[in-house]
Order: sequence, then structure tokens, then C-alpha cells
Amino acid sequence: MAAPLPVPTRHVEPDLSEDTTADVPWQAIVWNDPVNLMSYVTYVFQKLFGYPEPKATALMLDVHHKGKAAVSSGDKEKIEADVAKLHAAGLWATMQKA
Amino acid sequence: MNGWKKSGRGGRTRIAGTFDPQEAAVLRGLVTEIRQMLAGRAAENPADELAVLTGMRTGPSTRPDDRVLARLLPDFSTDDPDLSAGMRSLYEPELIEAKDSAAALVLDTLPEAGGRVELTPEQADTWLAALNDVRLALGTALDVSEDMPDELPADDPRAAHLGVYHWLTFVQDSLVQTRMAIRG
Repeated sequence: MAAPLPVPTRHVEPDLSEDTTADVPWQAIVWNDPVNLMSYVTYVFQKLFGYPEPKATALMLDVHHKGKAAVSSGDKEKIEADVAKLHAAGLWATMQKA
Repeated sequence: MNGWKKSGRGGRTRIAGTFDPQEAAVLRGLVTEIRQMLAGRAAENPADELAVLTGMRTGPSTRPDDRVLARLLPDFSTDDPDLSAGMRSLYEPELIEAKDSAAALVLDTLPEAGGRVELTPEQADTWLAALNDVRLALGTALDVSEDMPDELPADDPRAAHLGVYHWLTFVQDSLVQTRMAIRG
């Protein structure tokens, strides 16, 4: 399903029934890259998402060792904003359906 | 530049470092190059009258051909080109603006002749982003890898620039460490 333009904000109660394809949450993924410093990546996770340092460090290590990590999840609008902030900080980030 | 140090406390907390004239010239030069690259990209896609009237800008939908610019302005998706195109068109203008204003803050706070730089914690955050952009640009141009040696053979054309890259790494890492020790 392509979504070239953002949809207007909708507030929908979470649908916990079986077919939730339309409401699948999104994830912001951060990818490992050879330039970004481990200290800086940890700091960015703390600052952008308010994560405590142990969680930010664990996510940074996931990115470093596994090549990528999902650092936040939510509806599409939240995740595209998160990815935009990660790009402003210089991290290599993408979005995908969880 | 011997690293950054915290001074003051509470609302008067500052993060200070000293740059010698040559260091200031190198960093200012690189930051200025980033601004020029970003301005070049923005100029390819001037705001039309409708965008000026409504304040709703749309950026280009295609990734920059230049690999340094492509690293500074990455795609939003690895496998969905339509999503990447739509998100880029929506977010690229503000991303360029954010990067440009971070670069401008460095130029405003780093004296041309070098000297002491004193930053509020918020300014330090902006400096971190700008330093990171400079390292991304230089690292991409130099094909930096995770196991990059500290020095390249003298006949490698990248040798001189790699020294600058490592120096920038030190400046940024010291700033992160000092900034992280301050709350807020």
C-alpha cells in the first residue's frame, strides 16, 4: 500500500480484532553506519525520545551489533515525524510497518 | 582544541572550548561548504507562488544524485519508493532548513580568528548536529569504514583529510560527553 501523501490526523480507537491491517503500527528503524559515534547515537535516543540512558545505550548497541534497531513505534504520522527528527540529527533512519 | 568543559551551573551552565586560528578556519570552511551544498539542493526546487502564499512547501521527490547530499538527506524507506518520494517531498525543505540553521549557529559562535567558544546546553545540541553533518559529509567523501585506520599511507590522496575527520570525531565526542553530564 503506497502512501505518497500524509493522511489527515485521525483518532481511531485501537482495533484489537483480528484483521488490523489498516491500523498496523509503524516503526522507526535506525541503521548502523560507520560515521555516527556510539556516544552521539545514545545521546540522540535520550534526547529525542526521552529514553533513560540504559535503554538508549541498549538500542545503540543493537544498532551497532545487529545492523539496525526499531527505536520507536506508533501510528504513521508519529513515526514519520520521528524519522524526520532522526534525519535532522544525522542518523540513518527509515520507517516501516511493524 | 583540547576538548570541551562545563562551566557555571543551573541556568548559567555553559560548555566551553577553545579553537586555535587554524582549527577555526578548517571547521568554518567545512561548515560553509555544507551550507552551500544544501543551498544548491534547495535552489533546484524553488518555492512557487502557491507555496509562498500558503506556507505549504513541497520538496523534490527524488533522492539527490550526489552521494554526500544523499547521506545528509536520506530516504524514508528502504523498500517502498512511493513512500520515500512522498515523505521526501513533505520533509526535505524543513530538514534542509534545520541543517542550515545548525551550520549558521556554528559560524555565529566560532570566531573567525579562533578563540573561546561558549555554548548554552541548547546551543551545544545544535553544534552536535552540525558537527555530525560535517563528519557525515567528510566520512562519505572519504569512504570511511568502521575499521578505518588512524592513518592512511602517505601516498593515499585521502590521508590529509582523514586527519581532519579524526579531529572532528574528537571534537564531537568530547562535546557529547560534556553535554551528557548536564541535565536538561
